[in-house]
Amino acid sequence: MITVIYAALFVVATLVLVLGLGVKLWSYATTPAPLKIPTTPAPITRPGVVWRLFREFAFFESLFKANKWIWLFGYAFHLALAVVLLRHMRYFIDPVWAVVAIAQPFGVYAGFAMVAALLALWARRVLVARIRYITEPADHLMLALLVAIGVSGLMMKFVARTDIVMVKQFFIGLMQFKLNPLPGDPVLLIHLGLVAALMIVFPYSKLLHGPALLFSPTRNQVDNPREKRHVAKWAEKLPRRQAAK
Amino acid sequence: MANLMGSIPDEADPLEIPALCEGAMAALRSFPAKPEHQTALGFPGELVENWQEKAIEKMGDLLTKYRSLKVYMDACVKCGACTDKCHYFLGTGDPKNMPVARQNLMRKVYRRYFTFTGKHLPWLVGAEDFSKEVLDDWYTYFHQCSQCRRCSVYCPFGIDTAEISMAAREIMDSIGQGQKYSNEIIGKVFKIGNNLGLPPKAMRSTLDDVEEDLKTETGLDIRLPLDEEGADIMLVTPSADLFAEPHIQGLMGYAKVFHQAGVKWTLSSYASEAANFAMFIGSYDNMREVALRIRKAAEDLKVRRLVFGECGHAWRVAYSFLNTLAGPFDFLDQNHPVPQHICEFTHDLMQEGKLRFDKSKNDAYRLTFHDSCNVARASRMDPTPGGQFEIPRAILRATCNHYFDMAPDTIKEATLCCGGGGGLLTDDLMDLRMKGASPRMRAMQEVTREHGVTHLAAICAICKAQFTKVLPAYGYRANGILSVHQMVSNAIVLDGSIQQRELNGEGAAAIETAVAAS
Ligand code: HEM
Ligand code: SF4
Ligand code: SF4
Repeated sequence: MITVIYAALFVVATLVLVLGLGVKLWSYATTPAPLKIPTTPAPITRPGVVWRLFREFAFFESLFKANKWIWLFGYAFHLALAVVLLRHMRYFIDPVWAVVAIAQPFGVYAGFAMVAALLALWARRVLVARIRYITEPADHLMLALLVAIGVSGLMMKFVARTDIVMVKQFFIGLMQFKLNPLPGDPVLLIHLGLVAALMIVFPYSKLLHGPALLFSPTRNQVDNPREKRHVAKWAEKLPRRQAAK
Repeated sequence: MANLMGSIPDEADPLEIPALCEGAMAALRSFPAKPEHQTALGFPGELVENWQEKAIEKMGDLLTKYRSLKVYMDACVKCGACTDKCHYFLGTGDPKNMPVARQNLMRKVYRRYFTFTGKHLPWLVGAEDFSKEVLDDWYTYFHQCSQCRRCSVYCPFGIDTAEISMAAREIMDSIGQGQKYSNEIIGKVFKIGNNLGLPPKAMRSTLDDVEEDLKTETGLDIRLPLDEEGADIMLVTPSADLFAEPHIQGLMGYAKVFHQAGVKWTLSSYASEAANFAMFIGSYDNMREVALRIRKAAEDLKVRRLVFGECGHAWRVAYSFLNTLAGPFDFLDQNHPVPQHICEFTHDLMQEGKLRFDKSKNDAYRLTFHDSCNVARASRMDPTPGGQFEIPRAILRATCNHYFDMAPDTIKEATLCCGGGGGLLTDDLMDLRMKGASPRMRAMQEVTREHGVTHLAAICAICKAQFTKVLPAYGYRANGILSVHQMVSNAIVLDGSIQQRELNGEGAAAIETAVAAS
């Protein structure tokens, strides 16, 4: 019974994540940016823009300029998250890729680092008056969700171990539309339930921030307005009033 | 330090973060537009009856037209990186002047009407109905943003509060809740051709006066032509350049540079305004109308090049938007950038060795440079990214012996707004202007303590007007603000001028005879 419920849950969560994200990103991609508004100094070539975006994704360059503490905690969290996600790939592929194998020993440290960095970010939300002012219940909830995912994950490593071979078979099976039994350990069920919740809220919450960066006109536009005319379709159709010729 | 009236305080970090002071600026509301200011721009005269419905409809419309708005409404993670980046927050401590909090005024309405969570769980994401109180907050705080984009430099996703305040102002205009200052000015451009409402006759008589002054000063016939067909260059400059100090000294500088370059140039009375205020109200339509005047004037006068005078957001509209709004400019000479900034023009001549300067003429000034936000963060000067920082500095260093930069985290892309940009240069917002200028002024005080700096140069008409008001409150004289081309004007040694003969060691008597004979 648990197996069926969780299988259904992950099918739904995956559909919501993929379709929801797809619809959102499609709507970003198809909404015009009628004016050239890169925050300058900006690259004057397309490869330059790719490099700018790469630096934002890989190093959080603007955040680094802004605030070293937020950068440190935020960067540590995301880096740790990336390692943890990489490590989790072993549940979905067989045989595992070399990078995933290499990531294994770091995975545990990354788990701790992730939770620690999240707690530090959370502390800022509570302790710094400016950030407390802009914080909404949803922001706390998101941190709570991620911390809970991290802590329940670490518990399976150190406190209440589960049968990870069975877990892997469950997910590999799911990917081939086959039902393999999932262990009934409560901590595992909590961990997986929260992950599914995260997947479901992803397209409808501030978690959109990662992919959204790709579509931000202040970051992704080439600074060449004098050389190349840039006009949106809707703007072309605007009727002219007086100065027309 | 001849120019300092009061004393400069010992220590004051320009970027010091104030304690939160809720509601500190809630009572300061810019004067609303009168019905006639609204209707001239195609907006309803006063708040329409079903304003809430109309506003939400307009927001929905803008969300399909501007990707910036759409992405920025969703992308904010409330990380707080921008919270201490706005000069209005630094100057007032009002938390609603923190960029993310300003955005949230719109975001809470967006969420309520356009997102699932906001519709069904508003308390979770801070969503709120678009009530009259919210609209009042919009009006207050979206007119306390100078659209300077400092926040967008630091946001990890490039969220630009300027885009949001422009959209908010457009929504408010569309329901009849416009701001007097900006809308009245745009109306003047449609009616007369410039922000100050100077008719062609008044322009010509000012230009005559300037020609006379230049004759006395240099002994040369330096012309300032108006509406002359067939000139090489049409100069589009803020109308303030024909009206007030120190702007007008900048105009003299342009005229001298054109004279020395030997180019035929002209101003246009039809397009006698570079400063396109329609940008401030986020109105593409009105911005394009103003921009099209420039195109029409260039076509009518059959010029071959377009050069813009010193003005920050004018240069943003010219550099970043003009080609979009009024292009293509294929009828102009393609061997030069269209349009070109007067600083680019002067700098090119300097590089070609065509300008000679006597720096000692500016020895009375110990100078620093204020990067105007729209030039710094929303435009460029050739040839490389960052040319907008280097070129004005190169001109100042070539024309003045004592030049000092302010602290690195307050200049170039990190520059602090003068406090008067974005349609806020109005007396009804004087309290905000004074407070918003304080980070910039404290940065200036630092270089005064360290290097005895007395003067500030800028390439923006708004900055110049704003600093004239603000400087006295911080221990400087009102005329401590200078045009960059004023420095050029002071130092340039024109061929055949009195200054050239002086420099060549001719005696005063000889010069007088020569001038009398000419
Ligand atoms: C894909 C590329 C991504 C980029 C470039 C990115 C970037 C950032 C940045 C710059 C911040 C602000 C600094 C901070 O508070 O940490 C942030 C915050 C955050 N990110 Fe990401 N992120 C990405 C993906 C993700 C993913 C996949 C998740 C989670 C599933 C995530 C969860 C969060 C959370 C929860 C916060 C807010 C932290 C807080 O409340 O203070 N991010 N992200
Ligand atoms: S654009 Fe400038 S004035 Fe507006 S919120 Fe950002 S920093 Fe403040
Ligand atoms: S820096 Fe950007 S993401 Fe962070 S709070 Fe400000 S607007 Fe939001």
